Amino acid sequence: MDPMAQSLITVDALSVEYWTRKGKIRAVEDVSFALEKAETLGVVGESGSGKSTLGLSLIGLGPFPGRIVKGKITLKGKEILKLRKEDMRNLRGKEICYVFQDPMTSLNPVKKIGPHFVELIRTHDPKVTEEEALKRAKKLLKDVGIQPERINDYPHQLSGGMRQRVMIALAITLNPSIVVADEPTTALDVIVQAKILDLLNVLRDAYGMALILITHDLSIVLERSDEILVMYAGHVVEHSSSKDIYSNPQHPYTKGLLKSIPNIELAEQKLEAIAGSPPDLLNLPRGCRFWPRCYYVMERCRQEAPPLMNTGAEHFTRCFLYKEGKKL
Amino acid sequence: MLPIQRREKTVSQNDILKVEDLKKYFPVEKSFLEKMLTRSRSYVKAVDNVSFSVRKGEVFTLAGESGCGKTTTGRLIVRLIPPTSGKIFFENVEITALKGEALRVLKRRIQIIFQDPYASLNPRMKIGDAVGHPLEIHGLARNEEKRKRVLQILEHVGLTPSEKFVDLYPHQLSGGQRQRAAMARSLVLQPEFIVADEPVSMIDVSLRTAIIDLMLNLRKEFGLTYLFITHDLAIAKYISDRIAIMYLGKIVELGDKQTIFSNPMHPYTQALLSAIPVPNPERKRKTAELIGDVPSAINIPPGCRFRTRCEYAEEACKEKEPELIPVSPDHYVACDLAEK
Repeated sequence: MDPMAQSLITVDALSVEYWTRKGKIRAVEDVSFALEKAETLGVVGESGSGKSTLGLSLIGLGPFPGRIVKGKITLKGKEILKLRKEDMRNLRGKEICYVFQDPMTSLNPVKKIGPHFVELIRTHDPKVTEEEALKRAKKLLKDVGIQPERINDYPHQLSGGMRQRVMIALAITLNPSIVVADEPTTALDVIVQAKILDLLNVLRDAYGMALILITHDLSIVLERSDEILVMYAGHVVEHSSSKDIYSNPQHPYTKGLLKSIPNIELAEQKLEAIAGSPPDLLNLPRGCRFWPRCYYVMERCRQEAPPLMNTGAEHFTRCFLYKEGKKL
Repeated sequence: MLPIQRREKTVSQNDILKVEDLKKYFPVEKSFLEKMLTRSRSYVKAVDNVSFSVRKGEVFTLAGESGCGKTTTGRLIVRLIPPTSGKIFFENVEITALKGEALRVLKRRIQIIFQDPYASLNPRMKIGDAVGHPLEIHGLARNEEKRKRVLQILEHVGLTPSEKFVDLYPHQLSGGQRQRAAMARSLVLQPEFIVADEPVSMIDVSLRTAIIDLMLNLRKEFGLTYLFITHDLAIAKYISDRIAIMYLGKIVELGDKQTIFSNPMHPYTQALLSAIPVPNPERKRKTAELIGDVPSAINIPPGCRFRTRCEYAEEACKEKEPELIPVSPDHYVACDLAEK
């Protein structure tokens, strides 16, 4: 993972802060990764881990009062944090797109499905006529498995799964090179969830997009992504290929998560809970952010924060149990 | 004992709860004009002829997708809403039409835990007051005695030190702690039967296991029986003894968990199981094909209600509604094709 190579997108030491009345919160701290064409990166973490803030920062929509205080995002060689607002708006939709969690609220309820597409297409290219845009919309709907006639429906006439399909169709309308899907299936039933995730995979392969899949569900990212970032309280605590995370999890948090999710393919399984609960970001523990819940906690962990270390081929872990290169 | 006359024994010795042909239809509101023009009323058939029984001490799970009627069934059983028709027996006594004092006594014995711990606790009531409230309502304990029982039950659900938690407000608690408080509030009445409606679906992943383990431990400690309601089959597999799969207001398959997971016979169960994500990157997924979406519960297709989405559907499936019949001891399937 040479960050300087020609990756599709490179995120380098990104930190995002929220300035609230109660104090400053570092929601994302020092996150780096690179992603290639047609790859899927899974970002997994609990509520408050910073995974959505990270996703929104990638499309330049870091939510108010959040601000990016440090770091670099390079998309196809362009540093997007330095772009003017207008240029960023051009990029958004064309190069990088976002699929939000809640398909119920992300479509305009007083607009039919068709005009959603027309607006998007004509904003980016005013030369396209309305008829042409509608024609393209129909084809896109067909691609995501919705009958083209539904273009004249209002969002409330569609089921949750269909709305999420429309959102995905909108996301791929301008053929972006990256789609960020933030909990795309959390509001959906399990069968619909499987279909939507299958659809994202098919589109990824067909259009050669890169996919960033943000979710709290470790099962989904293990099954669907090439690489995984495990986030905890704003930090990346482990970063590796999903095969490695599964067969050789290193960080105690990742290990705990793996032990606490049920796997229906195992005949007998004893689930183990992770003690305690995630920290308050305004009141972070000194040292490692995970130590109050950690089974292996050592004296050193309470004093200093471990850095993200390269602990194996393409494997990064933020834990003192490991040393650069090997386990202690 | 409940002050009503005993009916003849319709429940086998170790069944604590039995449900017979339970139905709940919600009328669909119509505009004035529609009312004038049409005579017929339409209904959302949320629960449509459901029968099952729960054995003492087991975890019986109702599983299915949103809109399948699992939550409505749970609410019918705790008598939060009246059924359209059908009967519910609790410990051999019919409870479907209980009123007044008898109903109050029943509610002491059957409790419910709701899905959303952010909404189920009064934000202006301290945890201690919320947990102690049922004791007052039922006239079981007051003042010192109440406080003692509250502290005790908080210890049981892991809210320790309990002296600290009694004086906290819900917003000072995490989601997992709130759900524990909600459990304490149900348990303080020492119920025998608990309906747990998606108790962990709104809780962070790392805290879920602890809540589930707590539920299982409390079952042993207090001799509880659970009706567990969930959409998450992976959790259902972990916690349940027996599982009933619901689709559009009906149970389509019922069996012990090994049977359901190793030998699912209804095409819907098969599809549901194949869609569950498995935390293993090596596994190649094959999701069963299901056509379209769930039909509306207002216009349930005649015949087999699953046939519109079923890849094996035949002409005969349009004709008659399949009944839930045993295919082997303790394994019931509502599909005429599964018999073959």
